[in-house]
Amino acid sequence: MRGAWRSRNLLAGGAITALMVLIALVSLVWTPYGPTQIDIVHRLATPSAAHPLGTDLFGRDELSMLMAGAQSSLSVALIAVIVGAGIGVPIGAFAAARGGVPDDLVMRACDLAFAFPALLTAVMITALAGPGAINAMLAIGIFNIPVFARITRGAARGVWGREFILAARAAGRHDTAITVLHVLPNIAAVLLVQATIQFALAIVADAGLSYVGLGTQPPQPSWGRMLNDAQTFIWRAPLLAVFPGLAITFAVLGLNLLGDGLQDLLDPRVRRAR
Amino acid sequence: MTRMLLAVALGATLLAGAAQAKDTLTVGMVLEPPHLDPTAGAASAIREVTYGNIYEGLTRIDHRGEVRPALAESWSISPDGLTYKFRLIGGVKFHDGTPFDCSIVKFSYERAVAPDSVNAQKQLFEPIESTTCPDPLTAVVKLKRPTSLFLFDMAWGDAVMISPKSAATNKTNPVGTGPFRFKQWIKGDRVEMVRNPDYWGAQPKLKAVTFKFIADPAAATAAVLAGDIDAFPLFPAPEAIDQFKSDPRFAVHIGTTEGKTILALNNARKPFDDIRVRRALAYAIDRKALIDAAQSGYGKPIGSHYVPTDPGYVDLTGVYPYDPAKAKALLAEAGIKPGTEITIMLPPPSYARRGGEVIAAMLDQVGIKAKLVPIEWAQWLDQVFMRSDFDATIISHTEARDLDIYARDKYYFNYHSPQYKALYQKFVEAIDPKTQLDLIGQLQKKLADDEPNVFLFALAKVGVANAKLRGLWDNDPLPANVVAGVSWAD
Repeated sequence: MRGAWRSRNLLAGGAITALMVLIALVSLVWTPYGPTQIDIVHRLATPSAAHPLGTDLFGRDELSMLMAGAQSSLSVALIAVIVGAGIGVPIGAFAAARGGVPDDLVMRACDLAFAFPALLTAVMITALAGPGAINAMLAIGIFNIPVFARITRGAARGVWGREFILAARAAGRHDTAITVLHVLPNIAAVLLVQATIQFALAIVADAGLSYVGLGTQPPQPSWGRMLNDAQTFIWRAPLLAVFPGLAITFAVLGLNLLGDGLQDLLDPRVRRAR
Repeated sequence: MTRMLLAVALGATLLAGAAQAKDTLTVGMVLEPPHLDPTAGAASAIREVTYGNIYEGLTRIDHRGEVRPALAESWSISPDGLTYKFRLIGGVKFHDGTPFDCSIVKFSYERAVAPDSVNAQKQLFEPIESTTCPDPLTAVVKLKRPTSLFLFDMAWGDAVMISPKSAATNKTNPVGTGPFRFKQWIKGDRVEMVRNPDYWGAQPKLKAVTFKFIADPAAATAAVLAGDIDAFPLFPAPEAIDQFKSDPRFAVHIGTTEGKTILALNNARKPFDDIRVRRALAYAIDRKALIDAAQSGYGKPIGSHYVPTDPGYVDLTGVYPYDPAKAKALLAEAGIKPGTEITIMLPPPSYARRGGEVIAAMLDQVGIKAKLVPIEWAQWLDQVFMRSDFDATIISHTEARDLDIYARDKYYFNYHSPQYKALYQKFVEAIDPKTQLDLIGQLQKKLADDEPNVFLFALAKVGVANAKLRGLWDNDPLPANVVAGVSWAD
């Protein structure tokens, strides 16, 4: 029974996420209309056969914008997670391998980074560096670094105490080789789960940044800005706010379900604990 | 017993609240002024906060756009149009106690006309030859040549009276003769002022006024709905107006402004130095659609740098009708390849931010890729307006009858036309009203012909205010929010 529930999480999350990725990929080659194509005569149209989700304040097709928005949202989040993991994981692995003072230094630095609220840090960075998709990726990526550093370090410390590591050390393997060949493969599952969760958070962060005008810049569509644009039209065209809201909700829900499912499937410790 | 007492106390509080009419006002504005000295900056926001509230000039412009006496109670003009004799109001004091007399007039005008003057409208004072003081309450201004608009010009926010004592500090601590005194400025948020108990004229009904700066349309809407803002004279979310119209708590004020909204082009930069490119851009933009999409239909198309409500207006909207095919042909003729990229700077007002998206899509239709760069107001003033470092930008020029900016040697869009300059000089020197109007028409036509900027639309005044407010202006004949006459109905 429990097993079935677990796989249902995984299936639902995987299906939603796959759908989002598919939509994002399709939007690269095809959308019903150009996502920046305006049609002022048909502005603020309600859903119809021609525009399944209606049109926005400039008469742009809402569905096309959502599709293109998925692409920009997912790519910002993906790069942000890659930046975070790409820097955070080596730092964490280094701390775990060395232990002692380097470990303390790295972890206290992470504590320091955690003391700043993540989203506010991102707002600060984009406000300083200038708005735009690339800066948003970096800003979100930066607050992902300590998350990955800490989780890597914690999980890696656990692996470093295991017998096969001692054996590898006894065989004269260098720490770096042990980290790459033995430690990282053993904590890959934990990192994958964390990456999924961070991915979901990054989507929310991207939406937040573009909502306040610091993320993806017009005319490139983004979910956050669609929400902002829709806000003052809420009495005339309430659906304009509903669709991007739903898109963000589904993307985050899908990734979180996927993360949960993956965790149950991949992480033996959790499975044993239950 | 306790409960009854409570009820009585509560009732008494409620009654007291009802009996005492509100005597403070919070006005919403989109742009924050860079500083508060109207004689030292071009940003309209400076005058929208200070004009008629903190500072006053010899004359003023009323809500109908007519010249009225202010610190000069009357004046006479010599038959040759060269000597203006102003009779000043006696007993007027600046907020810091400095008495106002002719020496102040002399100081203010001489400062504005001086070679090192930083006045943004220096040309208004250029005709002044001398200011003399036969007695403390008489100021005699001699002009180099007849200047038809002189009394109007001296009513501009840039021509207000400044005390020598506070001239250096007015940017942060403005001191004038007006009905309100500056209290404090919380940067990024609001400017507060309080009633001037020693005001020479009628005491304002309001005890305190706050100008609050909110650029985001959604935040502005929320602030008005929540009652945090009592009046938003140039409301940035015209799409929400219907909602306010149907709400009895609010009154909607639709009127006109002097705002000439333009796609300003840097004429010194390629490809905008080519008239064919500028004309192509003018053909590529559907003004009616732009107004519908960016301003919810509020605003009137214009074909030159002049608004329909000003005297001598000529309708030139037909010079460049919306014609993408013609635009493409002109671009091809000028050697502009499809896919050429230009950058449009977008200051915070929604006409620019939204208008930019619409214009980018329209330019895309004729093969020009517009990169949109949203920038903050201070940065716009510095980079675009002061340093002229831009390709194109969307901005509304809210000064009244400012055809002179195209005749200046140095102005941010770098339009240089000897013919226009000569024509403008003729206009300035014309005394006969009919000749003046005729020349105003010729100036407009010359601009439409050269199309230094793409003239888009006259900015409408779309204001929202609490329904109980009285005395707000319906139109904006100059950038100002004069609140001296504003009061609350009970």
